[in-house]
Order: sequence, then C-alpha cells, then structure tokens
Amino acid sequence: MNLTIFLLALFDGISYAALVFIVALGLTLIFGVMRILNVAHGSLYAIGAYVTVSLSGYFLALGFAPVFAFPLMIVSAALVGVALGGPIEWLLLRRIYDKPEVLQLLVTFAVFMILEDVQRLVWGSQPYFEARVLQALGNVTVFGVTYTVYQLILLPLVATGLLLGLRFFLRRTVIGKLILATTEDREAAQSIGIDADRVFLFTFMVGAVLAGLGGALASPTTSILPGMGADMIVLSFAVVATAGLGQIGGAAVAALMIGLGRSFAVYVWPEVAVLVPYLIMVLVLLVRPEGLFGSPVARKI
Amino acid sequence: MRDTTRHPTSDSAKPGAMPSIRAILTLLGILLLAAVPFIAPSMQLLINLALAKGLAVLGVTVLLRAGQVSFGHALFFGISAYVGAFLMASLPGADLILVLVAGVGGAVVSGLLVGLFVVRYRGIFFGMLNLAFSMIFWSILEKFYHVTGGADGIRLARPSVLGMAMERAGFEAVIFYLSIVLMVVLGWFTLRWFASPVGQIFQTIKTNETRLEYLGLSPRRVLLSGYVLSAALCGVGGSLMALTQGVVTPEYVWWVRSAEMVFIAVLGGAGSVRGAFIGALIYEVVRIYASAFAGDIWQLLLGSFLLVIILFAPGGIMGIADTLIGHRKKSGQRAATAEEAK
Amino acid sequence: MSATSTSGTPLLETRDLVIRFGGVTAADNVSMQIEAWRNLAIIGPNGAGKTTFLNICTGWLKPQQGKVFLEGEDISALPPRKIVRRGVARAFQIPQLFTEHTALENLLISAAAREGLRNPLQSLHRIRQRDEMMHLLDLVNCADVADRVVVELSEGQRKLIDIAVALALKPRLLLMDEPTSGVASSQKHEVMEILVGALAEAGVTSVFVEHDMGIVSRYADEVAVWNAGNVQLRGTPEEILEHPDVIRDVIGEEVA
Repeated sequence: MNLTIFLLALFDGISYAALVFIVALGLTLIFGVMRILNVAHGSLYAIGAYVTVSLSGYFLALGFAPVFAFPLMIVSAALVGVALGGPIEWLLLRRIYDKPEVLQLLVTFAVFMILEDVQRLVWGSQPYFEARVLQALGNVTVFGVTYTVYQLILLPLVATGLLLGLRFFLRRTVIGKLILATTEDREAAQSIGIDADRVFLFTFMVGAVLAGLGGALASPTTSILPGMGADMIVLSFAVVATAGLGQIGGAAVAALMIGLGRSFAVYVWPEVAVLVPYLIMVLVLLVRPEGLFGSPVARKI
Repeated sequence: MRDTTRHPTSDSAKPGAMPSIRAILTLLGILLLAAVPFIAPSMQLLINLALAKGLAVLGVTVLLRAGQVSFGHALFFGISAYVGAFLMASLPGADLILVLVAGVGGAVVSGLLVGLFVVRYRGIFFGMLNLAFSMIFWSILEKFYHVTGGADGIRLARPSVLGMAMERAGFEAVIFYLSIVLMVVLGWFTLRWFASPVGQIFQTIKTNETRLEYLGLSPRRVLLSGYVLSAALCGVGGSLMALTQGVVTPEYVWWVRSAEMVFIAVLGGAGSVRGAFIGALIYEVVRIYASAFAGDIWQLLLGSFLLVIILFAPGGIMGIADTLIGHRKKSGQRAATAEEAK
Repeated sequence: MSATSTSGTPLLETRDLVIRFGGVTAADNVSMQIEAWRNLAIIGPNGAGKTTFLNICTGWLKPQQGKVFLEGEDISALPPRKIVRRGVARAFQIPQLFTEHTALENLLISAAAREGLRNPLQSLHRIRQRDEMMHLLDLVNCADVADRVVVELSEGQRKLIDIAVALALKPRLLLMDEPTSGVASSQKHEVMEILVGALAEAGVTSVFVEHDMGIVSRYADEVAVWNAGNVQLRGTPEEILEHPDVIRDVIGEEVA
C-alpha cells in the first residue's frame, strides 16, 4: 500500500464516517431520549436523499448555480423531519410508549416497510445521480491526492459541528435540559411540569432531521436507489451499537472506526468491504457487550 | 404480543375431555390440505410454498414466546437451502433425506454459533443483531458469486427419493406430502415442547430472568436452547422451499424474507403454532392474488396491516378465531375462568 | 456481644466485604458468620446496606474487596445460579415471579429447575413433583390460588409464593428480603407463623431482613444490626432490643 492509496482510503473513510455519523447521531439521540430504536430511520435517510436530488435537479435545470443545492439540502432535511418525523411520532409512537420493547420495534419496522414502498412509488426503481454540487466547492490536493472539498472538508466539518452543537444544546440550553430531565426520569419530569409529549415529539423530529440531512449530504456522493435505506439502518445501528446505545460522542468514534475499516478494506480486500462494519461491531460486542462507551445497567432487585 | 398475553400451557385439549372444536378443526384442516393435489391441483405448488414458509414462521414463533423478535431468521432458512444446493452440486443424485438432514444440520450449527453470540442480548439488540448477521450472509452470497452464483443463485438438482430417481410430478407430490407430515410432526413437537418443563422455562425469559438465574439456571443457555430449535425449524422450511423451487438465491436470506416471517407470525397470532401455518397459508394465497394489482405496494400493505394488528388486534388471527369459537376467554383470565368453572 | 462462636465451619461466611456505589459505601468491611440452624434477622435503617449484603452473598453483586465462603468454599466469583445450585436460595423484597404463569406453574418450574427435567415431550403439569409443589403451596396458605396467574394475585400472596418458589429448590439456606413487607400489618404475624413453620418443616436455615421489631424478637434466634454498610451489633433478640443504641437508631426511626 503506497502513500497515495493510503491517503485515498483515509479520505474515503473520513468522509464516509462523517455521513454515517450524522445519521447515527439521529438514531442514538432518539434512542437515548425515547428508548425506541427507530428502524424507519434508514428510510428517512433515503427519502432525504431522494428529495434533495429531486429538488436540486429541478432548480439546477432552471439555471441556478450548483451551490444553490446546499440550502435545498437543509430544506429537504427539514421536510423529512416535519412532514414524516412529526406524524410518525404523533400518530404512532405516542400510542406505544408503555408497550414492550419488541412491540415498539415491530411498529417502527412496519413504518420502515411502508416507507420503502413509498420511495419506490414516488421515485421508481431507477437509480438517481445528481453530483454537480460535489464540484461546487472545488478540489483540494494533499500529497498528490486530489479530493473534493465537499467530502474531505465540508462533511467532516458538518459532522463535527453537529456533534458539538448537539452537546451544547443538550447541556447548556433550556430545551436541552428539559430533554435530559425527561430522559432521566419521565414521571419526575412530568411532575415538575415538563410536557413529556412535546419533548418526545421535538426529539423525534430532530432525529428525523438528522437522518434526512445525512441523506441530503450523501446524495451527491452516491447513486440513490431502492435499498439504500435498509443498508443504512443496519449500518447506523452497527455504529450506535458499537458505541453503546445513546452514546453521542461514542458514536463519532465508532463511525470513524467503521468508516475507516470499510474504506481500507475496499482497497485491500474489496469483497469483504461491506462486511467490515459488522465484523467490527461483532468483535467490539464480543469483548464489551454494552458497546465501547456503554456501561452495564445492573437491574435493581 | 401484548404484555398481558398469556399462552396456555398447552394448546391442545384437556386430557379426558371430548375433543375440542379446535382439535376437530385442526384435523379437518390437515385433511383438506392433504386433499389439495386432488381437488385443486393448480394450488399444490402455492400451498407447498406456504407450508415451507409456515415451518420457518414457526421458528420465529418460538422466539416470540420468549418475548424476543428476530429480524434475521431468514439466515437459517437460507443456510439450510444453500447447504442442500451445494450438496446436490457436489454429490449428484444424493438422497432427499440426506439433503434435508444436511440442510437442517447446517441451520442448527449456524444457529448454535450465531445463538452463542446473540443470546447475550434481548429486545432491540437481539432483533437487530440477528438482522446484521443475515445481512452479512446475504453480502457474502452476493459478493462471492464465483462460489454462490451471486444474485442468480444456484440450481438445486432434484435429489433421489430413497434411492429412486423421480420424475417431476412424482417428486412434487413427495415434497408436498413430506411438507404436510413435517408440519404435523414438528407442529405437534413444538406444542409439546412449549408445554414441557424446558419449554416453559424458555418462556420465562419473557417475564423474569432474575428469578430464572435464582432458580440456578442460565438465562442465556435457556434462550439458546429455544434459539437452536427456532433455527432448526427455519432450516426445515428453507430446505423444503429450495426443494420445491429447485433453485436458491440470495433472496432467501434477504431482510424482506425475515420481515415476512415476523409479519406472518404476528398475523397468525404471536406465539401460536397453528397460527404460524394458518397465517402462512392466508399470506401466500393473498399475495398471489394481490400481486396482480398490488405488486408495487405489497410491502406498504404488509406494513400497514402489521400496524393495524399490533395496535388493534394483538392476538392475531388465532386470537380472533378463539374469540369467535369461545375457546379462550380474554387473555390472562383463562386460568381464573377455568378455576371458577370447577 | 460478639458473634456467637460455634465449633466447625460456618454455613456462610463473609470476610472484609467492601463495595462502593459512587461515593456511597454500601458494604464497609463486612465480616459475618452465619451458623446453620440459627435464624438470623438483619435490621437497620434504610440505606444501611442490608439488601446489598444479600446481593453480594448470592453473587448478584461482586464485592470490590473481600470474599464469601459457603461451608468453607470460596464462592466470591460465582454467578448467582451457581451459588443457588450449592443450596442458597433467595426471596426478594419485590417478588421475582414469572408473572404470566400461574402460582402453581411458578413452583413447578422451580421444581423442574431443581431436578433438571429435560424431556421435551412431558407436560410441566404432569411432572412427578406436582404433589410436592401443591403441598408447598398449601404450606404457604396459597393452595386456593394455585391456578391463578401471578399478575392477578395480591402483593401479600406474591410475597409468599416468591418464598415458596425459593423453598421449592430445597435450599439449605434461604435469604429473605423483608418477607412481610407488602403484607397488611394485621397479618404480618400470621404470615411469619406460616413461614417459620414451612422453614422448620423443610429444615432450612434462614436469614431475613426485617423492619418490624415484634417479628424480629419473636422469630429470630439471632439479630444483626446494620448501620452505614456494616454490622454494628450482633446478639440474641433480647440483648439487641434492650441495647440503647438500637433503641435510639433503629426503633426510634420506626416510631418516628
């Protein structure tokens, strides 16, 4: 492995890790607060990508500059959060918070099945590709390796910004503290006047926005096709499980491990590249069943 | 599925009593199925596929009894099928029994290996890790196409039956009746297992693992026993499916297949043995007729229907049927009602 | 007022147990000897570490320092199930039962676990130990609710069945965490009467955490007073109940 290939793998891994992290962040936030694993999270990611491609395809055809795709990404993510995340929490999840975990899992799984077909109905089975924005910020050359600014700088910056921003939001702002209080003890939070329903709705929408944003940001780097949601839910679960469910900072580390592991495998042993994330997860869980940063919860008896 | 749902110790009638309505209906159903090749030959293939799926669904049902759901049990369905296909490829003319035994053996061994890992987890992790394992195997099947045939899969040549080479029609009849026999035998076995001390201990995973530990038992080992049984049942289903279709593809282990199994198990009545087969039969028949006009939205329909069942009819088809024939009062009150009736 | 000295190995012995949760020391160098055939009551204020002690003795919690011995065998590293297999059973403050099974089925499962029944074709309801379990249910006065699902039972009935499930294992030592909590105060003595009778019939040594001094003085052979993670005093009920510290720290709290 020479330096060029090493750098390529490194850059691939970092930009890929940034995308996966953004999606996993939403997944782990929702789980951390609501104790629900949203299997439909992968679909929200895919729909974020589809909406971005459709919107930017439309506006770019009208003659707008490729840079205009950036605000459209944010619009797409917001749309996913409000138009899909909101109703899912409000109409479905709200009914099942007191039900067994397995049942909650089945409900979000059912939503996932529905959304997979919805994508196919709206966007068909043909792959979409809309990469003009990828070049909008130009390239950067490091030791002779040329890479897009979008993937090497923007994506990691957004991911880091979201990580720090979410931490700041949860620890320093009033709404963030309300969310943390509800996470700690829902009943106690309600007894001091916190509207837990609104906290959950808000949290779920934020999580959904993150999924949509992950898809929006991923859209120029990959072809958008059916099945990408299924891949992403399993992958982001692998990240979240490797880190420990609900561990926000840990998810960043796990995303990097998995992203780099996968991209180096692409150059070394391409057949197994898709397996690497799962192998990392299984290895970590074999040694630490609660994930890298999770701590075992002893049941009180 | 509801937390208050209580499964009777045994689905079968009380000893010494008159055969219940349920037992008679079960017998009639089996006879009706056995008559399909004569009264509705065009349905034979469809019913056979449904029976194969029903056996796999039974595997998922076993886990539901412990309050666990696996989104990756198509893994064992597929492993069994591929073992059979590889066996036929390397040993042309091998016997049907060998194909079945090898396939199910493969499912049991892989169930044991995967099980050793996943029984450390419950709920979300259990469900998702199973999904991850099935995705791993699916990727292997797709990527190593020079061995596995990739997305096209590999043909499973027709095996001999007890040393005799069979024509197509005869072989199909053999597989059909073999499926019915396996349904009856394994369904009966699973019912007995549920009612037995081992099976009852297995079902306590759902309610109290602390007590289980304080009875001197390892919850992981207890869950593992049921996990291997469920993998074996999925394996039987997978082998029968492969023998019926004559070809195995990565679609056998695709997550949609796993989801389908969970769906049918919940549809039939989570935890019900008969429900697994009734659910599978209804599912297959509806799917065939619906695919003409609803092929594009099949998953959408399944998902919506799943939501409706979970939110409004958690007992599934068997729950509704029981209410209709008054077999079982509202769940959780069965024992009390029986007590009062004495 | 030191530990009663008897010849031979104690049934259960702990040496220098230490466990801390964050800043709280729940076990602070606990060295205890539990003798066979002497029912020991553990009293003390909430948070003194009584339940923690039971949790360590049964392997649910691992001490940060110290060891636990069962008849001289070091069991410190064993998980609860292996300690249970060596004859130490446990009943809980909050009953730990299979809530979707009937009272009788809970006991049958316990018997099946004890006997290692593996036959997949035999019904749980037809195992040989059924009569024995019915008798046990009768012993704890719950025979009339044998076929009731646990979720339908009263708190008091669940406590008794929880103890019966532990007794069904035929243990040598039974650790009970507040056996009469959740039982109406008018019935506490009745419940204890039933329990002590059942224990005596089964030949089981018991250790029980209890708040009610009336019950302690009547049913315990020995009392250990817990405070701030350690045994403060130990002696006969008469000795303990007359001790000024106990009157102030423990009984005083009960009155207040």
